[in-house]
Amino acid sequence: MSAIAFPAPDAGILARRDSILAGLSRLVPPQALITSDDERRPYETDALTAYRRLPLAVVLPSTTQEVAAVLRYCRDEGVPVIPRGSGTSLAGGAIPQEDAVVIGVSKMSRILEIDYANRVARVQAGVTNLAVTGAVSAEGFFYAPDPSSQLACSIGGNIGMNSGGAHCLKYGVTTNNVLGVTMVMLDGSVVEIGGSHLDAPGYDLLGLINGSEGQLGIVTEATVRILRAAEGARPVLFGFPTSEQAGAAVAAIIGAGIIPVAMEFMDKPAIEICEAFAKAGYPMDCGALLIIEVEGSDAEMDAQLARIVAIAREHGVTTVKESKSAMEAAAIWKGRKSAFGATGRIADYICMDGTIPTGQLPHVLRRMDEIVKGYGLRVANVFHAGDGNLHPLILYNCNDPVEAQKAEDAGMDILKLCVEVGGCLTGEHGVGIEKRDLMTVQFNEADLAQQMRVRAVFDRQWLLNPAKVFPLEGRVAA
Amino acid sequence: MTIHTPTTEAQACAVVKSVVDNRVPLTLRGGGTRAGLGRPSQAASTLSSAGLTGITLYEPAEMVIAARAGTPLETVQEALAERGQMLPFEPMDHRPLFGTDGTPTIGAVAACNISGPRRINAGAARDSLIGIRMVNGRGEMVKSGGRVMKNVTGLDLVKLVCGSHGTLGFLTEVTFRVLPKPAEIATLQWRGLSDVEGVALLSRALGSPFEPMAAAHLPAGLAGGEALTLLRLENFPDSIEYRSGELALQLGEYGVPDKLEGEHGATLWRHIRDAAFFAGTEEAVWRLSLKPTDGPKAASAIARMLPDARWFYDWGGGLVWLAVPADGDAGAAPIRAALKPLGGYATLVRAPDAVRASVDVFQPLSEPLMRVTAGIKKSFDPAGILEPGRMYAGV
Repeated sequence: MSAIAFPAPDAGILARRDSILAGLSRLVPPQALITSDDERRPYETDALTAYRRLPLAVVLPSTTQEVAAVLRYCRDEGVPVIPRGSGTSLAGGAIPQEDAVVIGVSKMSRILEIDYANRVARVQAGVTNLAVTGAVSAEGFFYAPDPSSQLACSIGGNIGMNSGGAHCLKYGVTTNNVLGVTMVMLDGSVVEIGGSHLDAPGYDLLGLINGSEGQLGIVTEATVRILRAAEGARPVLFGFPTSEQAGAAVAAIIGAGIIPVAMEFMDKPAIEICEAFAKAGYPMDCGALLIIEVEGSDAEMDAQLARIVAIAREHGVTTVKESKSAMEAAAIWKGRKSAFGATGRIADYICMDGTIPTGQLPHVLRRMDEIVKGYGLRVANVFHAGDGNLHPLILYNCNDPVEAQKAEDAGMDILKLCVEVGGCLTGEHGVGIEKRDLMTVQFNEADLAQQMRVRAVFDRQWLLNPAKVFPLEGRVAA
Repeated sequence: MTIHTPTTEAQACAVVKSVVDNRVPLTLRGGGTRAGLGRPSQAASTLSSAGLTGITLYEPAEMVIAARAGTPLETVQEALAERGQMLPFEPMDHRPLFGTDGTPTIGAVAACNISGPRRINAGAARDSLIGIRMVNGRGEMVKSGGRVMKNVTGLDLVKLVCGSHGTLGFLTEVTFRVLPKPAEIATLQWRGLSDVEGVALLSRALGSPFEPMAAAHLPAGLAGGEALTLLRLENFPDSIEYRSGELALQLGEYGVPDKLEGEHGATLWRHIRDAAFFAGTEEAVWRLSLKPTDGPKAASAIARMLPDARWFYDWGGGLVWLAVPADGDAGAAPIRAALKPLGGYATLVRAPDAVRASVDVFQPLSEPLMRVTAGIKKSFDPAGILEPGRMYAGV
């Protein structure tokens, strides 16, 4: 695939590479600076592997001060900077360019402070999402946003993309769970925003930074909310003959005043792929599956499930399968959370991430199927049903350039459909390079210009993750 | 004083465009019930949202509602209640505190990020606001966010504008995510605890699996002669029964709680939400946001310097409402000095105009953050015509 354009590398920067590397080597210890071809190779892409560019150099600082020194240097030298967490972006948010320095936060992976009385943890940006929960789970606490990549993805990357997960119906996404950050600005100044208290003063810069895709600065530390876990949690499988019936059941559950902690949807192709991989005991004779998780004491879960089952029966549910043990519960989630990996075993795929108003679900499922079939391809659907965040997986063969182009075109058609029915291009993966050129479908010129003027307050020179989010043409500097 | 009352977005754009060139600043107005927030207005003309009313979208099954900015908050709440839903963040009503009448609007709730006791668990207005349409200081319509609750497309201007007190734009339409109303509400009330004990109780309850939706402590003398420590549960009746039993058991060392149901509990929480204990007095009123366990430390440090201070705690101790004599700097120097070693910040909510013009109403920011703030203001409003100086002098 080569449909997405990158800016032409700055020949002047490429010519100055040796002097830039020498400059960087004065700022960080030798082991923090990666310059050889072989060692730079792992940083040439992220989880959007169809695109790769070998960066000028990679720096892996260990302190905020080192990040500040490197950023100030790059600013002075006019060298683009690509902030990187763990490199799990599905949108190409961490893909570099030949004239850029990657600044990775992976070595900054310490948990600095846990404060149970105030329900916050202070962590470095390179800590993985799951490590935060791991550090507090013995006391019965957890960190709520849980993207499928949570074993690998970093808190810094989560903040960059405002990551979500399966449980945000009840607990919100990253922006709802971050109370403070330490951020290095492009000029090397270090700012503290927020802290262990709620609602930082002044303009909501935390709200702006979450989801800013590394274009405003580099977050090196964060204060996140930790929550006490419920007494118990139980995922339950509901099999329906059709996607329409499953969708109607979701609407009816919410209409009855019940907000389950998670409601995940899988269509028939997705069920088959995930079951073959995870052996989770998914029913194979249904057209759509919901995983609904309830929380509380045993009696509370029984009561809430009874209400949900009654509603599901009114909508034609054919299978209700409760997890009877922690192992069964884990298997149910394993099937869902490994959906992307399991799909990758049978075919190459691209994963879309649009969100739609949930009322549009039957229409959108039908149209998506038509779109993908129109290109002669197949689609499997897994998504967060409660909030309308779709994840259609378009299957293709990446060794066939024609098919690869068709898959990308089908994906773009699906995202346009999401916007057309009142939704958006991306619910939790971010724009990155992948959806950059579709931004004009969702936003008009005034909308985008206002965003770019805000961006310019932090980076007038377009040095921070420059090829991302905003179309390459028509960029506003101030 | 000219009052502009556009009835369409195009008219609102035209009003702003018409004042850009001669730099006549505008104050932005909803129902006027919260006009005392921030530094005193420095504008000669008013741009009112009164002509922009009506709910534009309500999909109960999608838990989303949108309304034009001038729509009365009550209209939105009534429409939601008819379908058994509510705004998740329990917005404060400023009328008791400011002694204002008039009709609070949904737009002002967004513009000033107005939340209440539920904020500790369910998030602030900024967490539920998912879409805006606004006129920036260049007279352009700008939209951000939308009608779906999961949306990371582009920079999140929704949150940036929420709580910007009109300095970045004139909201024309706002979209919120909503939640089902709970089947039942009950309040557990412990009596006679000290501030430190009360906040410790609240911390333990908020760190339990029983999900208190609100957690407050009222020192003695505010609502009767005894201190009250309050936890609010919202759930299905069987869960409330079970969870209040477990909380009473696990917090047994603090005594046996009373269980308040019905109107008594509701009135108490309304007073807490609205800081109504300080209604009708001459005192200056501050709002301190800090780490919950630091709440009592801040209050006692302030009381040593300002012996007439009165206060209570919401958000599990993390929000201190503080009333002090309004003379001089209304306590600004000692209050901010007390917070310095603790972290957190103080906002002056109610004080005479002269005081609000001379002290920092909003917490002063570090030099780089002040530069960012001024830059953001300029990026929306280069001519400085929208509520100039409302949040920070010269911005």
